[in-house]
Amino acid sequence: MNKYITAYYLDEEDLLKGIGQMKAKGLKILDVLTPFPVHGIDKALNMRRSRLTRVAFVAGAIGAVLGFGFQAWIFTVDYPLNIGGKPFFAVPSFMPVAFELTVLFSAFAMVIAFFVSNKLGPGAKALIHDERATDDRFLVVVEVDDSLADENIKEIELALAEAGAEGITLKA
Amino acid sequence: MYTSPLREPLIRGNKNYKQVTDDILSPMAGKPSKYWYAGITLAGIALLFGAWATFRTVFYGIGEWGLNKTIGWGWGITNFVWWVGIGHAGTFISAILLLFRQKWRTSINRSAEAMTLIAVMCAGFFPLIHMGRLLLGFYIFPYPNTRALWVNFNSPLLWDVFAISTYFAVSLVFWYVGLIPDLGTVRDRATTKIRKAIYGFLSFGWTGSARHWSRHETVSLILAGLAAPLVLSVHTIVSFDFATSVIPGWHTTIFPPYFVSGAIFSGFAMVLTLMIVTRKALNLEEYITLNHIESMNKIIILTGSIVGVAYLTEFFIAWYSGVEFETYAFFNRAFGPYAWAYWIMMTCNVITPQLFWFRKIRRSVVLTFIISIFVNIGMWFERFVIVVTSLHRDFLPSSWTMYSPTMVEVGLYVGTLGLFFTLFLLFIRVFPVIAVAEVKGVLKSSGEKQKLTGHE
Repeated sequence: MNKYITAYYLDEEDLLKGIGQMKAKGLKILDVLTPFPVHGIDKALNMRRSRLTRVAFVAGAIGAVLGFGFQAWIFTVDYPLNIGGKPFFAVPSFMPVAFELTVLFSAFAMVIAFFVSNKLGPGAKALIHDERATDDRFLVVVEVDDSLADENIKEIELALAEAGAEGITLKA
Repeated sequence: MYTSPLREPLIRGNKNYKQVTDDILSPMAGKPSKYWYAGITLAGIALLFGAWATFRTVFYGIGEWGLNKTIGWGWGITNFVWWVGIGHAGTFISAILLLFRQKWRTSINRSAEAMTLIAVMCAGFFPLIHMGRLLLGFYIFPYPNTRALWVNFNSPLLWDVFAISTYFAVSLVFWYVGLIPDLGTVRDRATTKIRKAIYGFLSFGWTGSARHWSRHETVSLILAGLAAPLVLSVHTIVSFDFATSVIPGWHTTIFPPYFVSGAIFSGFAMVLTLMIVTRKALNLEEYITLNHIESMNKIIILTGSIVGVAYLTEFFIAWYSGVEFETYAFFNRAFGPYAWAYWIMMTCNVITPQLFWFRKIRRSVVLTFIISIFVNIGMWFERFVIVVTSLHRDFLPSSWTMYSPTMVEVGLYVGTLGLFFTLFLLFIRVFPVIAVAEVKGVLKSSGEKQKLTGHE
């Protein structure tokens, strides 16, 4: 079992400043838990840009092709229906369904990818470091290896304190 | 962060993050008030009336309705279009206003979107019940079957099937993804074991990790980008149900934009009706402020005026086309036996919203509430006028007739109103009515204290 050191800020601007100072000291931040999205944090933590947009695009394209192709196949190959002498391959009238399927595929694929990449889902267990992190605390979590000596832990705690974080606690 | 000194604050009172959580989540704790019980009792009675009407329709068939061979679409389709239209405001608020970076949406998007979901459920009920045999409802989907037949992809009624089901599914996902962080907050504040377990399950293990938030923002933005054209497509397709037919009064190219703006118009009226009561009942006046009401009223003037222009354009074109049947259909609407319905529609939709040009009226809670009810009524009559007056005098004068609903049809409509209010009342007990995390996100730029002091 790994241990964690957590510390919190009460304001998102102090948090951003603090993260900068911690990084300057070479502290490895495992995660930052915030009650709402803090802008600029992705840059401070060097996060990659999310690739979910690509999932949305590819799935949308698949939906469009499937939606259009399915209708075209049914009405030209599988079971052509003569409806008032109108053309069998009626492109404009296939558009609405093709469009709806584009949106449906895109939205669902992206949301499923979102849950999978975050390991979220019905019944997923959350590791809750501090229950106030979803309320008004901005929590910084640092992972501590079991092999780490006590003085190194002290060092980390000192670095957190110097960066202005409050409530520094070591948890198993 | 720059904050405009001219803009009104979106959140009143000197709030900090903790107070925001407490204020918004407090209605979920404790026992419901006696007004809540009164409301749900009334809604329950309406729902029972609807259950009786559903039983009659399923057991005895569509003959229980007042339809006849000239007027094959009556209250059923009127209610369907009315409910779908109401749903559109929720998606408009959560998707289109997100893309336009309108911060005032954060206080109303959650409940408006819940309203969307419930309204679409109410809407979907009407085509299903109109089939008469509910058990065969799945026939409308294209699936391989022993009859080797597919559905007709050239029919707008089939497009509707795809549009409405996609709309419901995507709205549900959009709403739920937005709800997850707030459910995490509810879980972490829960005091009983059961509550913690239920909300822990519903929150999908949300912790508020920065990485999750970053992806959450991406997902919300793209879903908004998908939902925005989707919402426009849904009512466009609903209008195709009429516009692609060759009935005078229906066969017009103006229908798609006219229906979409009408939908947003009626939807905002319903949002106002609900919000004005909700903010008072749940003490959320500091979050849903007069500023919010005014902003919504401005959208009502805009969309109401578009609808008004559409009515006049239709009339002008009917005359200008020189088509005898088209001209008659419109003349008959305004001066025929259903003129009363037409003039209710004109008064409620064209004249009343124009009162919002006065700032005093725009910012008056009582008047806004009254006008919002007028708009709800007017938009119901709009659909009634379009459906019934176009049909009741068709090409063959010997089959001209009148239509009035039976008690069963009234029961179905009242039943969906009951369903709507029952589900909404349950929603405000079970889920946070305002998006807590989103309000916190705009607190610094739009809170009252932060605006006054001009934070560093």
